Amino acid sequence: MGVSSKLGNLGVVTTTLEDAVNWGRTRAMWPMLFGLACCAIEMMSSQAPYYDASRFGMELMRASPRQADLMIVAGRVSRKMAPVLRQLYDQMPEPKWVLAMGDCCSCGGVFNNYAIVQGVDEIVPVDVYVAGCPPRPEQLIHGFMTLHEKVKEMKWYEWAGK
Amino acid sequence: MTLDPQTQFAVWEGSVEELRGLVSERAFTGETMILNMGPQHPSTHGVLRVVLELDGEQVISCIPDVGYLHTGIEKNMEYKTYEKSIVMTDRMDYLNPMGNGLVYCLAMEKLFELDVPMRAQIARVVLAELTRINSHLVWMGIGGLDLGVTSTMTYAFREREVLLDIFELVSGQRMMSTYFRPGGLWRDLPDEFEAAVQNVLDTFPAKIDDYDKIITQNPVFVDRTQGIGFINAEDAVAYGLTGAALRGSGVNWDIRKAMPYSSYETFEFDVPIGQHGDVYDRFIVRIAEMRQSLRIIEQGLKRLQKEKGPFRSGNRKYVPPPRAELGQSMEAVIHHFKLWTEGFRPPKGEVYVAIEGPRGELGCFLASDGSPNPMRVHFRTPSFVNLSALEKLSKNHMIADLVGIIGSIDIVLGDCDR
Repeated sequence: MGVSSKLGNLGVVTTTLEDAVNWGRTRAMWPMLFGLACCAIEMMSSQAPYYDASRFGMELMRASPRQADLMIVAGRVSRKMAPVLRQLYDQMPEPKWVLAMGDCCSCGGVFNNYAIVQGVDEIVPVDVYVAGCPPRPEQLIHGFMTLHEKVKEMKWYEWAGK
Repeated sequence: MTLDPQTQFAVWEGSVEELRGLVSERAFTGETMILNMGPQHPSTHGVLRVVLELDGEQVISCIPDVGYLHTGIEKNMEYKTYEKSIVMTDRMDYLNPMGNGLVYCLAMEKLFELDVPMRAQIARVVLAELTRINSHLVWMGIGGLDLGVTSTMTYAFREREVLLDIFELVSGQRMMSTYFRPGGLWRDLPDEFEAAVQNVLDTFPAKIDDYDKIITQNPVFVDRTQGIGFINAEDAVAYGLTGAALRGSGVNWDIRKAMPYSSYETFEFDVPIGQHGDVYDRFIVRIAEMRQSLRIIEQGLKRLQKEKGPFRSGNRKYVPPPRAELGQSMEAVIHHFKLWTEGFRPPKGEVYVAIEGPRGELGCFLASDGSPNPMRVHFRTPSFVNLSALEKLSKNHMIADLVGIIGSIDIVLGDCDR
């Protein structure tokens, strides 16, 4: 096939710019070190040796939103926390993604009351929802992989908007 | 230097007058600096916010701001029947789900005067102690991480998986187990339980020795914790501190010994006590508590092998009948229907029960007006009370020490804000 068969022995791989950039983004997607409640403990478990999120290039959690690509909303978002969460989201540089971990921040979960925001998608755009109360680390890692699939499908003209 | 109030008090949402009394007078002349820490800060163990007054790097005063995780759990429980609201307690202190369920069940049992079979009581003790080790492991991992001992976190979470597997074995859930029910347990302990706990008993003592070495033989760790966050015994009692924060100051107070519950009086164990009341002693006390927990679990496991009785009370007024009875007994069908549609109607009254949680005295106040829903549930949570001593502990320390002090009182914000 075309140029790739001619260059095969030279150790050169040809690809599109989209694929190369998207691949790079999925392999070093740094989450923000930001836990809210119970899910944060399972999020730490998924970083810890047993589940080892570094297999996906995601072991490096940044405490500063300025250095993070992915916001894992791990836990219930109270009405007092909501403005803080939105500010953190606004401080993250593009491209950025949001993963809603657990039932509480996906839809309010068991807490249908005055204190809890009924789904974090009321305040920030969410890319992937992970169900569970709390989700197992395997489920979170599945959420990571689903997000990676989504990022790999991105087009160059979407980069500017994202 | 001229003071610009706009810059100086930018982190404070309220009026500047509200700060009078909370911070020193030097803050109003611009001599000291007001700095915000949290709620998104890796070392605040969740979403604690602290407003600090700093003189250089020295903490002059600190104002903890809680409520960023306020969930309305107590209010939500009033709208559920007694048994259904057990699920809410798990989500309160998420490192101690079994303990929260235990204190709520004990409060219900005290209110209903419901008996608990011996097998269930011992199983509760074993699981509560496993949860204590689990909680202390997370505290050690994160507390070490705060002070730069990164390896504790990876070790602690590796060991924690073993404990979570046991919780999953008995209840089907890793963290939010909802295993304790009024009158006993949700179901009997599975056959694999004994082997799994025996595995913990065989492997954990050597590992706890390792953690001890990582902490006590690490000169950086010792330098950063000894003589930091000091509180003497009188002040600790006056502030209402409980748990390791109190015992680190040398006060011998453990509710498992002082006011035994769930057959703790039949177990042999020691209460580890510190001497100096600093961050280091609180670390040491918790490490020693893990060893004592293993002692309790060992005794409990031996007794569970002999104690093969029922795992839940037979009082059909409060405890639903087993599934097998429904096909044979009309009375069982009636009880089943009644208990799962309406719930039970307990006598009117108020009770308070306290247990020794991993963080300290975990109390539950329960008021009943005779309806199937609790009229008021209130939890006296150790994190909230222990946090009140933060200013006392951190005064005149460096800001870098504040991180270790917050770690040493072992707060869980879900427990604090509820």
